Amino acid sequence: MKSSLIKSIVIFLGLFFLYFPILVLIFYSFNENKRVMVWKGFSLRWYNELFNNEQIIEAFIISIKIAALSATFATILGVMIGYSLVRIRKIPFKSFYIFLSSTPLVLPELILGLSMLLFFISLNNLIGFPSSRGQLTIFISHVTFCIAFVAIIIQARLTDFNKNIEEAAMDLGYNYTKVLYKITLPIILPSIIAGWLLAFTISLDDLVVASFTTGPGANTLPIVVFSKVRLGLSPEVNALSAILMFALIIIGLFYFYFNKKFKH
Amino acid sequence: MKNKLFEKYFVFSPYFWLILFFFIPLAIIFKISISVSEWGMPPYQDIFLFDNGLKINTTFENYVYIFSDYYYIGSFVNSLILALISTFFCLLIGFPLAFYIATSNIRLRNILLVLVVIPFWSSFLLRVYAWKIILQNNGILNVILLNLGITSEPLQLLYNQYAVIMGIVYTYLPLMILPLYGYLNKFDLNLIEASKDLGLNRFKTFFKVILPLSVPGIVAGSLLVFIPVVGEFIIPEMLGGSDRLYYGKILWEEFFVNRNWPGASALAFSGIIILVLPIVIFQILYSRWSQKNEI
Repeated sequence: MKSSLIKSIVIFLGLFFLYFPILVLIFYSFNENKRVMVWKGFSLRWYNELFNNEQIIEAFIISIKIAALSATFATILGVMIGYSLVRIRKIPFKSFYIFLSSTPLVLPELILGLSMLLFFISLNNLIGFPSSRGQLTIFISHVTFCIAFVAIIIQARLTDFNKNIEEAAMDLGYNYTKVLYKITLPIILPSIIAGWLLAFTISLDDLVVASFTTGPGANTLPIVVFSKVRLGLSPEVNALSAILMFALIIIGLFYFYFNKKFKH
Repeated sequence: MKNKLFEKYFVFSPYFWLILFFFIPLAIIFKISISVSEWGMPPYQDIFLFDNGLKINTTFENYVYIFSDYYYIGSFVNSLILALISTFFCLLIGFPLAFYIATSNIRLRNILLVLVVIPFWSSFLLRVYAWKIILQNNGILNVILLNLGITSEPLQLLYNQYAVIMGIVYTYLPLMILPLYGYLNKFDLNLIEASKDLGLNRFKTFFKVILPLSVPGIVAGSLLVFIPVVGEFIIPEMLGGSDRLYYGKILWEEFFVNRNWPGASALAFSGIIILVLPIVIFQILYSRWSQKNEI
């Protein structure tokens, strides 16, 4: 009996710790006062101001665009890696392949961002492209470091499911390509969607790599938010937080829904 | 024949992308880190010079420069210590949570797991920002402390190394819990009962049975927290003060403020060698080892 009490307390405290800051943020977003910390009364004023803030709205649209595109590319390439690592026996320099596809997971973002920026500058000196940095360079960088996350999810899923199904289909006369499109991809579809959602969120949330590879006309949402809260507090960002937290948590729930399916 | 073509397409498309946009950029960091710096744009000399034939123009001065200056070494050490402390606290909070989640019944377990990971999905930047609100001088924590009479005037909780640790432990906790849970979930709970039946008390059961079995989870979780924290830039920037300098910050300033590209590259490449390479090699060896043992 005593140990189950301890258990409940630990879990309660843990969840409290995880959710308390989020609740504080949402609470203060309804504060009427311009000075964030002094409570003046309940109001939706800052939500209203948020929707009229062109800088934030524009950044939001840019971020969504980059996130959707880079998630799509990263998913395609990540599925290819996951599939190759599990199903294809002959990969030239396989250790190097594994190195390339897993290092972005552990490399500090700062180093990744710096390397991308220096790469784009060198490339520009060499062939004159990209002439300036902006949405395209952020997109390329985000694809590069999202690939690894998708690849792991797909790899786990493919290792999990029975190869016999594919072999049976092959015995029944399906060729390689047909097995892939009619059997393998449909079975791992939930994991592919989960991978896309993860990549989308990572891209949407990234500040460091985007700060390095951004240029004129490519201020993403985290860049704008960071510039607003680096030195102080901003009531508009509070309102934005509440909305964004809510939206991202829903995306997270979808991710669990899709990724859960393979856990039998 | 067709199969081969199709396999090649699958293997080489991502191969091409990663070599072009990941490997070459890393190589460029290395290249610039051994270039001679100069005033100009770009602020370094080419490593190949063509006057009277090919001359290779490289230097290790940038490395000597950062490794002989306490400003750089000290910041890196600060980051390592910060990462060590944060990892320790993540483990301290994460382990009991992961353990109790893993020992719950299956319905509750899934709900709890989702509840623990969901905050991780919400914006990283905004979760750090939340702590900025909580730790303000007139923030909620100070209000509580004042009302409880623990302190008579507001404490300066923000802009110091403790706020940084707080922010890191908070944002990285799910990264610790997930792998821990993954391993704790696998092991047979009857072992705990068995060890109790054999007369071991609670502490002995923990240290002799539970802890040794969860070592792989502890290692995985600790690595997931430790490595990114060493390179962490945003949290010290938002919550930290001028009492401590960290690796991320000096790398950023070396590049953007001092415009010393070779120096910044040398810093970055040293970070890769010291921090990332051992782990990548470990992972490759480990995956090969586990593959062999399975077959």
